[in-house]
Amino acid sequence: MKKILILFAHPSYHRSHANKALLQALRKMEGVTIHDLYQCYPNMFIDVAREQQLLLDHDIIIFQHPLYWYSSPAIIKEWMDQVLEYGFAFGPDGHALKGKALLSVITTGGSQESYTSQGHNRRAVIEYLLPFKQTAWLCGMRYLPPFVLYSYHTIQDVALLRETAREYRQLLEGLRDERFPADELHRATYLTDLLEAL
Amino acid sequence: MMTDGLLFDAFIFLTAAVVSVPIARRLGLGSVLGYLIAGIIIGPYLLNVVGKTDDVMHVAEFGVVLMLFLIGLELKPALLWQLKGPVLGLGGSQVLLTTVAITIVSLLFELRWQQAITTGMILALSSTAIVLQSLTERRQLKTESGQASFAVLLFQDIAVIPMLAIIPLLAARGSVPDTAPTLGGWQDGLLIAAVICGIIFGGHYLMRPVFRFIAQSGMREIFVAAALLLVILIALAMQSVGLSPALGTFLAGVVLAESEYRHELEANIEPFKGLLLGLFFISVGAGINFTLLAHEPGVVLGLLALLILIKCLVLQGLGGVSRMNPAHRWTFALALAQGSEFAFVLLTLAYQSQLLSAHLISLLTLVVALSMALTPVLLILNQRFVQRRYEEQDEEREADKIDEHDNPVLIVGFGRFGQVVGRLLHAHGIGTTVLDNDAGHIDVLRKFGYKVFYGDADRLDLLYAAGAHKAKLLVVAVGNPAKSLAVCELAQKHFPQLKLLVRAIDRPHAHQLLQQGVDMVYRETVGSAVDLGVNALKELGVRANQAWRAGQTFKQHDEKLLREQTAFIDDESMYITKSVQYRHILAEMLQANQEDRRSEIMSAWENTPTQEEEPETQIQRPFFASKNHDTPNRGEK
Repeated sequence: MKKILILFAHPSYHRSHANKALLQALRKMEGVTIHDLYQCYPNMFIDVAREQQLLLDHDIIIFQHPLYWYSSPAIIKEWMDQVLEYGFAFGPDGHALKGKALLSVITTGGSQESYTSQGHNRRAVIEYLLPFKQTAWLCGMRYLPPFVLYSYHTIQDVALLRETAREYRQLLEGLRDERFPADELHRATYLTDLLEAL
Repeated sequence: MMTDGLLFDAFIFLTAAVVSVPIARRLGLGSVLGYLIAGIIIGPYLLNVVGKTDDVMHVAEFGVVLMLFLIGLELKPALLWQLKGPVLGLGGSQVLLTTVAITIVSLLFELRWQQAITTGMILALSSTAIVLQSLTERRQLKTESGQASFAVLLFQDIAVIPMLAIIPLLAARGSVPDTAPTLGGWQDGLLIAAVICGIIFGGHYLMRPVFRFIAQSGMREIFVAAALLLVILIALAMQSVGLSPALGTFLAGVVLAESEYRHELEANIEPFKGLLLGLFFISVGAGINFTLLAHEPGVVLGLLALLILIKCLVLQGLGGVSRMNPAHRWTFALALAQGSEFAFVLLTLAYQSQLLSAHLISLLTLVVALSMALTPVLLILNQRFVQRRYEEQDEEREADKIDEHDNPVLIVGFGRFGQVVGRLLHAHGIGTTVLDNDAGHIDVLRKFGYKVFYGDADRLDLLYAAGAHKAKLLVVAVGNPAKSLAVCELAQKHFPQLKLLVRAIDRPHAHQLLQQGVDMVYRETVGSAVDLGVNALKELGVRANQAWRAGQTFKQHDEKLLREQTAFIDDESMYITKSVQYRHILAEMLQANQEDRRSEIMSAWENTPTQEEEPETQIQRPFFASKNHDTPNRGEK
């Protein structure tokens, strides 16, 4: 069984019903550690040693956050700047993360259509996640197909939200229990493409 | 000789209370029943160790006066105004209907009509002392039934006054038609109005400066004396114009409910009230005439049952009309089904007016005393049998009414430290109850619109009065380490649900707090000293973010050291060793380690794969450069 670390970042979590639903679905799920970065480091002063230990203790690292200005909220970037040190995450002696997996779990304000060449966001979410993909590569990690929840502002349908959250949990369980064949993981663009494989 | 007697009596009463009340409470009977039983035991029919209880009773009745003062303190004028409907409606109809019902029954017993009306009026009253004490103890005073009972009792307190006037008139049987009343009627009215106005205006405008003056002297016992003096003064003033002293002190309490001295007054009067009420209950118990009961058990018990039945029926009916739910209706009816302590006074008056025969008086006195003694029993039966049935029926029992003083945060000490905390919470819309013990200071704060109460917080009673048992957080921001430790100890012992956030004056104080098991300790100077240090670094040319990080690291590090050192406060050499050890670690972290690692990241970042190029930029560290000769920066090699 793989161990999952969710690095969660939302500056206004109290107003985010989408992320709340996603996290709630994971309650009492075995092998999952939810780490609320803004709650732990309200002034963004990150305890590097502690974070590195957490990374060592887990196999699948998840960045879960809303898409802000086509990237993550600031604390994720700060976390990367501080924690992914030379000699730890990369560099000649930096092998600590080798063989682990990195997954982005993204909620967007815009609709799925807006993230196309015709939409006002012009590109697919996966293209905006390129820096994360490259980060994973540099650290010797496998970058998993991202999980994206679109138009979180406008989801008023509680049942739909709950269903999505349930799928999220199923997918994480699949990853935790290594139920996805390597070639399917490779082929999938988004994590939800793997739902049929379950 | 006299003092010997007094001391001996005090010894007997206190022993009886100390022995019987805890036992009664342990058995779930409540303190009132405990006192009553104690009274019966030491009374003339069992041990016969006390002399005449009449005088004691007189003193003890002052307990009722104090109790109403305290109740007034809890009731703000606005709240009292809300109660006007129940007081007049419920209270008025209870007194009227019960009087009528008992009068009719009395007529059936072939009393003359004057005697029947007198009996009706006297028995219509219920016992404020017993009811309020029992309901408070059972936490039922703030429920629907509790509030209704209170309203009725309040009306009865007012109704006593005309009764005192009517009974002598009835005795005169119209043969001496209204001489006295017409003569002084309007003057009396004027006098009464003047006294009541005096209480209201005096309480509002005069008492504050007086209490402030006394509080500034810093002598607690003088404050206690002043509080008692105030109550006695009002009682005397009310008596002099023929009004009920309890009513007057109640009014004074209401007037003072909004003053900053409310909690302190409450805490000071409370023990006196408790003891005097206890004494009152004991004397009721001791006064039960068992000889009469043994002589005519059938008559006495029959009358007792009749009295309780009539009162219960009327109250049940009233509860029904005012749409009380059945569970509350039962509590309301059973709580108020006894005779009153005023009955003793009125019966004596009726005897003096030769309205009722001596035998009837002693019979009624006994019935009233027995009915009072029975009330706690009825309430227990109500709880065990009647209420249980309704609890099962309706799942959602209504919650107790939340007093507006149920603030989640209690701040103790509102000086330069506490104020900042309070302002921040206040700006966030969080209700705080604030206690401070500097009267002059409170005055200034009140001018700025802060609700601050006067009081020394290292007293359990005061913490209770301020709602510590209902709050979530206790912020201890007092400036005196000893007092701060005392408050924390009290809170830990008596309010385990409270989370403590404590201001530490200095390092030794912080150690003591940590040793005492307080976890959230904030040294008052560290925050701003570190801020200053950070700016000093900045002025010396260190990049602002770098300096800020150094400050954060320092804070965390020092916090860790503080906690580790707590184990060695008695071992000086070990304490210093720890300190030195940590200082070295910190220096390493801040100067060499952290700096190097950061510049390593920055410079190594782009050249990882090849490691050949020189870094594009070098971080300028003018003041540290010279210190770091022996630890060359890898990025600069």
